[in-house]
Amino acid sequence: MSVIEKELKIETKNDFIVEAKNLKKYFPIKGGVLKRTVGHVKAVDDITLSIIRGETLGVVGESGSGKSTLGRVILRLMEPTEGQILFENEDISRLSNRQLRPFRKDMQIVFQDPFASLNPKMNVQELIEEPLLVQTSLNKNERREKAISLLEKVGLRPDSRLKYPHEFSGGQRQRISIARALALNPKFIICDEPVSALDVSIQAQVLNLMADLQDEFNLTYLFIAHDLSVVKHISDRVAVMYLGRIAEIAPKKNLYETPLHPYTEALLSAVPSTDVLNKREKIILKGDLPSPSNPPSGCAFRTRCPKAHERCALERPELINVSEGHYVACHLYEQ
Amino acid sequence: MELKPQETTSTGPELNKNTVEKGMSPHRIALKRFMKNKLAVASVVILLIIIIAVLCAPLFTDHNPTKSNLTMIERSPSAEHPLGNDSSGRDNLARLLYGGRISLIVGFSAMVFTLVIGVTLGSIAGYYGGKVDAIIMRATDLMLMLPFLVLCLTVVAILEKVTVGILVMIIAFTSWPNLTRIIRGTFLTLREQEFILGAKAIGVSDIRIIFKHFIPNAIGPIVVNATLMMATYIIVESALSFIGFGIPQPTPSWGNMISEAQSIRILRNSPEAWIPPGLAILMTVLCINFIGDGLRDAFDPKSNRR
Repeated sequence: MSVIEKELKIETKNDFIVEAKNLKKYFPIKGGVLKRTVGHVKAVDDITLSIIRGETLGVVGESGSGKSTLGRVILRLMEPTEGQILFENEDISRLSNRQLRPFRKDMQIVFQDPFASLNPKMNVQELIEEPLLVQTSLNKNERREKAISLLEKVGLRPDSRLKYPHEFSGGQRQRISIARALALNPKFIICDEPVSALDVSIQAQVLNLMADLQDEFNLTYLFIAHDLSVVKHISDRVAVMYLGRIAEIAPKKNLYETPLHPYTEALLSAVPSTDVLNKREKIILKGDLPSPSNPPSGCAFRTRCPKAHERCALERPELINVSEGHYVACHLYEQ
Repeated sequence: MELKPQETTSTGPELNKNTVEKGMSPHRIALKRFMKNKLAVASVVILLIIIIAVLCAPLFTDHNPTKSNLTMIERSPSAEHPLGNDSSGRDNLARLLYGGRISLIVGFSAMVFTLVIGVTLGSIAGYYGGKVDAIIMRATDLMLMLPFLVLCLTVVAILEKVTVGILVMIIAFTSWPNLTRIIRGTFLTLREQEFILGAKAIGVSDIRIIFKHFIPNAIGPIVVNATLMMATYIIVESALSFIGFGIPQPTPSWGNMISEAQSIRILRNSPEAWIPPGLAILMTVLCINFIGDGLRDAFDPKSNRR
């Protein structure tokens, strides 16, 4: 099948915690009086990717590129339209909610908006205890002990555990979300733009906290962001998404130093640089992100690509391996 | 009163390291806001007085509200009968107090029943969406199409004898669709909130999500609508009793007491027979509506028109 799948077979010695195979999530567009499906928004369009145990895989892309949807589909918070999701080699893409429950212990999510991701009617202790109450058989005292130790872990005063979310700042709330996600000792956490709603100074604190926790609990992160410098700070590998597809995926160093895909190049050139002498030329992309309900034929990026040629309109580029772990979906790099 | 324990605990950590700060839950904040609304608090007090008076009816009168005394028909007020007697010679004061019980019970229990039906169906429709939602919503459309009064009259005509229980059922059965729609709408907006997704990510069961995450966050609209519904139901009961399709005689209710005034003679000559029950209905409904408005402002400060 696709090139990457052949690659996967060779790389099976790698210990993958999560694998997505040909994952698709299409949202139907209903129209007309009869509410018939007139089209699809292809939020996630045939994505294959593997996450290695212990790593942080950063996912970047502009808004509307489908990165949040990808995260939610992997966690089965949304039903995939097609494709497989493997968690520790078990296919979870077709499990019922009941069958999923034991897996939920091992995979968690931290959301973007710290003002919407905590139930305003529960106090901090209830919020952190909820996963323990639902998933474990700990008694009341044990749960409270655990909640207190989690609060200390994320740098909040246990004294404030009876306060409510509205009494905390954005950064503190995000710490509460992290404590809640950690409560069940998960192996894999999806961070859905966890710092983009925070002040820059707070961003660094929260990112460092997440990095420390990763070391301490041996966590694997899928880190979704639109900020390239944030992703650079925390990731081991980075995937660039465009219109529901992966444009390029590579170890952080390769991607930031030798970007291959024209889209990645353009993105990186837009990052403000502090290096005055060595200024990169900015590549300004023309136009807007095309509508995901009607993506361009062939390569989705061709409408804005400075290097596009005829073939790009005809054939959809597959991800190809250009160097160790560096994959790019672009016809320019095919032999 | 509300603030005092908070002040002492907020200085707590310096005095004692083990002190846990108590937070203000959103519901307590709403209560505090409600307590600042003078009109609403006054309404609570007046309504409480009415309820106590009605519950303690035997303390205020020794007469039996259903017992006719043919020698006392349409007597004017006297020391023995402060509000006089009705056309069957029953004591009007006793009927006013005992009748209040019936009116309030009908209003309250119809509200509870509507709440149970409306919250259950609204939650299911809003939470599951899809086909279940479509079926429930079409059912509410169907119910909303039925003219309430005609339905009531038909049911009453078929049953011949109406009891309090049946009246409550009729009211609840015909008025759940509005509440169902409101609850469903609230659930639909909540469903998109990230904390609901977060609860699902933890593996929380549907039932727990509904009871722990949806309903506490929908409590504002639920309580406000329940309160306003109760006021409406008291009026509905009065209206039905007034036209003779509600609580039948001799059981007293404020509505069927006013129906005495259908006779021009009583309307003209004995205002003491129909003004008190009319005033009682007016005061009760007005108070409940003010409380409802107060609750709305307390739960949703953005709706504040001041």
